[in-house]
Amino acid sequence: MSGLSLRARHRGRGVDVDLDLPDGQVLAVLGPNGAGKSTLLALLAGLLRPDEGRVSLGGRVLTDTATGVFVAPHARGVGLLAQQALLFPHLSVAANVAYGPRRAGRRRGEALATARHWLDAVGAADLADRRPAQLSGGQAQRVALARALAAEPEVLLLDEPLSALDVTAAPQMRRLLRTILRGRTAVIVTHDLLDVLAVADTVAVVEHGRIVERGPVREVLAAPRSAFAARMAGINLVSGTCSEPGVIRTPWGAEVGGSGEVPPGPAVAVFAPRAVSVRLDPPPLARNVIRTAVAELEISGATVHVRGAESPDGQPGVCADLDAAAVTDLDLTPGQEIYFVVDEAQVRLRAALTRN
Amino acid sequence: MRTLRRAGAAVTAGLPAWIYLPAALGAALVTVPLAAILLRIDWAQFVPLVTSESSRAALVLSLKTAAASTLVCIALGVPMALVLARGRFPGQSVLRAFVLLPLVLPPVVGGLALLYTFGRQGLLGQYLEVLGIRIAFTTTAVVLAQSFVSLPFLVVSLEGALRSAGTRYDDVAATLGARPTTVLRTVTLPLVLPGLVSGAVLAFARSLGEFGATLTFAGSLQGVTRTLPLEIYLQRETDPAAAVALSLLLIAVAAAIVIATASRRLGGVR
Repeated sequence: MSGLSLRARHRGRGVDVDLDLPDGQVLAVLGPNGAGKSTLLALLAGLLRPDEGRVSLGGRVLTDTATGVFVAPHARGVGLLAQQALLFPHLSVAANVAYGPRRAGRRRGEALATARHWLDAVGAADLADRRPAQLSGGQAQRVALARALAAEPEVLLLDEPLSALDVTAAPQMRRLLRTILRGRTAVIVTHDLLDVLAVADTVAVVEHGRIVERGPVREVLAAPRSAFAARMAGINLVSGTCSEPGVIRTPWGAEVGGSGEVPPGPAVAVFAPRAVSVRLDPPPLARNVIRTAVAELEISGATVHVRGAESPDGQPGVCADLDAAAVTDLDLTPGQEIYFVVDEAQVRLRAALTRN
Repeated sequence: MRTLRRAGAAVTAGLPAWIYLPAALGAALVTVPLAAILLRIDWAQFVPLVTSESSRAALVLSLKTAAASTLVCIALGVPMALVLARGRFPGQSVLRAFVLLPLVLPPVVGGLALLYTFGRQGLLGQYLEVLGIRIAFTTTAVVLAQSFVSLPFLVVSLEGALRSAGTRYDDVAATLGARPTTVLRTVTLPLVLPGLVSGAVLAFARSLGEFGATLTFAGSLQGVTRTLPLEIYLQRETDPAAAVALSLLLIAVAAAIVIATASRRLGGVR
């Protein structure tokens, strides 16, 4: 099978993942801190041995614990771009980029020509003679990208490549990645929805060392099934169990009704923050009411995001978007007890993910 | 005591004024004895004393053996530091403790241990004797004794540098196609070069001053095993003026090495 395939378990890091990526596609890996995203990259790059598993790339087996195969990192054809540029401080920019071609056995002059080509491709040709210490964060990350590409990897792994850059350098680098990664096989770990939208074809959400959601970017963001993807997309997600058509019951006893065919069993209700209104007194109806406390108030333009406290079973709090005037009338303060009322017409129900 | 209070200087919150007093006492403990020995020097006789045949022989032998033992320390200490900093094997912490032992061991005890290893009746010496190789009381013994006491200085210094450098650059080099040996040569060692230089300087300086282990294991034969510290000790009995003059020579050589590399050592690990 061509493309990238990873099936691996690492008990020490609490990771058990299974994922395939066709040639020429970019996969974005999302997830909270410590979910196992970097472990996933280390397993692919050969910097970590799984307890059990198999990694293959373009028909080549890189890791297979069943047959004892483990290809060393230098022979994998897997490039890595980390959060920090990690340019070798004792080499010039050109020598850094020529490092990969030199290791592949190219002559010095030929390697430097390759380096110039890639520096040109990332718009850093004028930096060739500088030392890494003389570069800004954005420049260094461009050079690091050129260095990774010059080694001609079959797959490029990017571990939060923009998170250490400042607000002006990050958008430039994001545009560059968008151009450079088109048609390449790459895995990008990120926290930022913009990165996903800019470069990724598909997205995988990792939580507690498992892939909990996987699909085309548009689908996952429009109809998230995991709390993390929902939060990233700015959508509320309440999980519970469906026992009668059109209603789910949460573990703490709230009932949320909505539209959508859902088989009995674990299910989620998905709704936009605009579908939620806030009341101070208990509403007459019991359904679609979530009793909570104000956790956070955040102002964005004329809108105020009201985030409720975490639910009793640890789900992230529901978020309501209100007009600033409405918040003033309610006189909300953090910690105050409130009732979220969700408009049933705007709630979509769907079956929850079953964890593998 | 008056501290400098320059306008525009940053305020150091964690440095109370009284701390200058014990610090000055510490500096005095090091510098006053050096001044005392300088005051005892008979400058009129200085040049003849330090250029006498026995003095020159001792100085040349000291420089040669210290250089040789520094090379031994680099050849053996670099792999040891790498294995201790990066490797994972059972008994690693025990090995680290044993490597540090010569730092706290009285050198005379080290010399005895070497004698029971390489001496004619020693653990390895008896087999070497069969092969016609004698080590004890030769120049080789001097180099061995110096290497024994100096090795921990290089290993500790380099291991610290390797740990603070981390393995992230090595990982990047590997993903760019570099084999482990190539990573070591092109990335790991260049990055810890300041730590290696500082470790080698410490090892050289320690070798230059080595006395106890050398005397026990190598004896005191002029031109063969009598290094500068041994010569100084010997002269002290018969000609204190010569001992003082030679001491100054040793101080001068040690100071020259330290000053020549001070800028790099202060730079530390990048």
